Amino acid sequence: MTIDCDIHPSIPNLAALLPYLDEHWREIVKLRGMDEFNSISYPARSPLTARPDWRPEKGKPAATLEQIRGECLDPFGTDLAICNCLHGIQLLFSEDLAAAFARAVNTLVAKELLDKEPRLRASIVVPIQNVGLAVEEIERWAGDPRFVQVLLLASGDHPLGKRIYWPIYAAAARHRLTIGIHAGSSYHNPPTAAGWPTYYTEDYTAQAQAFQTQLSSLICEGVFNQYPDLIVVLLESGWTWLPAHLWRLTKYWRGLRMEIPWVDRSPFDIVRSNVRLSLQPTDGPPDSADLERVIEHLKSDALLLFSTDYPHWQFDGRDALPSGLPASLKRKIMVDNPRATYARLVEPVA
Amino acid sequence: MSQTELTRSQPVNAATKMAIADCDIHHSPREFSMLYKYLEPQWRDHLDQFGQRARQGNYSGPQYPKSQPDASRRDAWPPGGGRPGSNLDFMRTHHLDPHNIELGVLAMIRPHPGGFQNLDLSAALCRAINDWQVTEWTQPEPRLKASIVVPYEDAPASVREIERWAGHPDMVQVLLLSRTVEPLGNRRYWPIYEAAGLPVGVHAFGYGGQPTSSTGWGSFYIEDMVGHSQSCQSMVSSMVVEGIFERFPALRVVLIEAGFAWMASLAWRLDRNWRRLRAETPHLKRLPSEYIKSHIWLTTQPMEEPDPSEHLRDVIEWIGWDRLLFATDYPHWDYDSPQTAMPLRLTQEQREAFFIGNARDVYTPGWRS
Repeated sequence: MTIDCDIHPSIPNLAALLPYLDEHWREIVKLRGMDEFNSISYPARSPLTARPDWRPEKGKPAATLEQIRGECLDPFGTDLAICNCLHGIQLLFSEDLAAAFARAVNTLVAKELLDKEPRLRASIVVPIQNVGLAVEEIERWAGDPRFVQVLLLASGDHPLGKRIYWPIYAAAARHRLTIGIHAGSSYHNPPTAAGWPTYYTEDYTAQAQAFQTQLSSLICEGVFNQYPDLIVVLLESGWTWLPAHLWRLTKYWRGLRMEIPWVDRSPFDIVRSNVRLSLQPTDGPPDSADLERVIEHLKSDALLLFSTDYPHWQFDGRDALPSGLPASLKRKIMVDNPRATYARLVEPVA
Repeated sequence: MSQTELTRSQPVNAATKMAIADCDIHHSPREFSMLYKYLEPQWRDHLDQFGQRARQGNYSGPQYPKSQPDASRRDAWPPGGGRPGSNLDFMRTHHLDPHNIELGVLAMIRPHPGGFQNLDLSAALCRAINDWQVTEWTQPEPRLKASIVVPYEDAPASVREIERWAGHPDMVQVLLLSRTVEPLGNRRYWPIYEAAGLPVGVHAFGYGGQPTSSTGWGSFYIEDMVGHSQSCQSMVSSMVVEGIFERFPALRVVLIEAGFAWMASLAWRLDRNWRRLRAETPHLKRLPSEYIKSHIWLTTQPMEEPDPSEHLRDVIEWIGWDRLLFATDYPHWDYDSPQTAMPLRLTQEQREAFFIGNARDVYTPGWRS
């Protein structure tokens, strides 16, 4: 059995969303001559954005069910795959516009992917620009067990632990949805703490730093004290940064607990109970023996979840599992950990 | 770690203890106004009226209040008064002598004027601080060496300040802060790298005018402190990907007080991304990790503390035993003690490199001969 926790269907084009917008927004799109919302997080022709053999002659990668089945589900023997749709909705500044398009994306995913392919599950895209509207969007889909997670981006307006976002976590906890935080930015802040970089290479590399920041924020603000059953999944994070980050965070937690007295467990313990990470990309050492060392530094075999990150180009062929993984860990990563993470994956879908 | 610890541990005769280097010591004028005698009258008047305006909102009472008075060890306040780190005699008896510190590298950050909004004030105060630290610190105490503070947001003025000190034996590095207006690989800073001659030290902290993370401002001091390592990771990416080590092959960079364990994963990530995206950066001729291994050093404080501590050995082996420079961060509260900070059993060769040899190689080249 294989559960793929991070795949990225594309919205084929703006026209594909129009049927799922109401009349007002359809008219606005036409009247204002709007273009589709694509983010610089994944430039269309950048090598990382789509593997060469997953890049169609016409159209976008991963834009049709045929592509997703033939390139991703079938070759990897995938039983279940979670669709994380990266459309540039979080970048918008109008809360209403973002809400309308988030709803359209979710509707498209439900009708054109989930209804037609029983192996697919999905994350709910939310208009994070307005927390009330984001909660409304979660409530709209919460009754559909094929939606298993709420999708956020690694960089936004504020660190995700801040209390303004807690209603989202309350809704997720209420409905046994996980919170998926995916690489990417709203670009409402510069992508690094020293401003805008020159190169895309820096931007993509900086995603790992954004995840570190979010993990600090979620832990320090006490999100997991308030919502002890909430699971946060870090998607496409590179993950090998985790031990070093936790060593530093734990050291400062020891020194600065008076500032955040509600954090009553070490960050390592909190991660073990509440945080998971998707496998691809694995920013691993050149020598696979060293990757075993990194895995030992995680001090848990429950943290990693299998992912192909389809159609992003993270590996070639079917080598989605990096060499160096102990055999005992493979089954955990492929099946046990995803099933333990996503409460809704093990629920029957009507 | 503190007096309690000093009295608890066995008294050690400094003469029999291994001499070490401390690559991050913070000195300070007793009062800010004691720098005035090194400043032109125009700037004294300016400071009296308008104060120091960094790219942040507060001129006192930081947005993230520190954890201890003056962010310092409780036992580091000189008995005769003044801020921690402001009394050379006390620094000698409290820190340099008992730890047998043979080389202490001063990093002036109280203040480092490089992030001031007014670039002329930034340059004038950098000049004054450099004159002050040589006159009052390195001349009277040969174990201490200083770092040239430069107005780094103004590259030409920085170059002038670097040239003013060229060849001065007390100045062992050029000092920048890490939170800058643009990432430090950006070409606006290249003249500094071209002129430096000395290692370029980048100390964590500073005010670049950007939020302290890619997702805005955290709530807590702990996030601010932990966040320096994220900020410095992006800075290393910038330096490497912009190609400054290709352009300035003699450039040596020392990252100060940003931790170090993160460097292994960052280098793997950069290599991976560069292999995939190298069409974007044809100016790079080698793997990012190779530039890092030959051009960047890291001071050790605050040492990451894995449990079990053997995990630290893996990381140091990935980074390289030749890359780390021991530092205490005296007199700050998160000081690492030379006695207890390194939990691993080291070979004599590793111990020598970690505690002094690497620092000698970086800061006093030629010392072995």
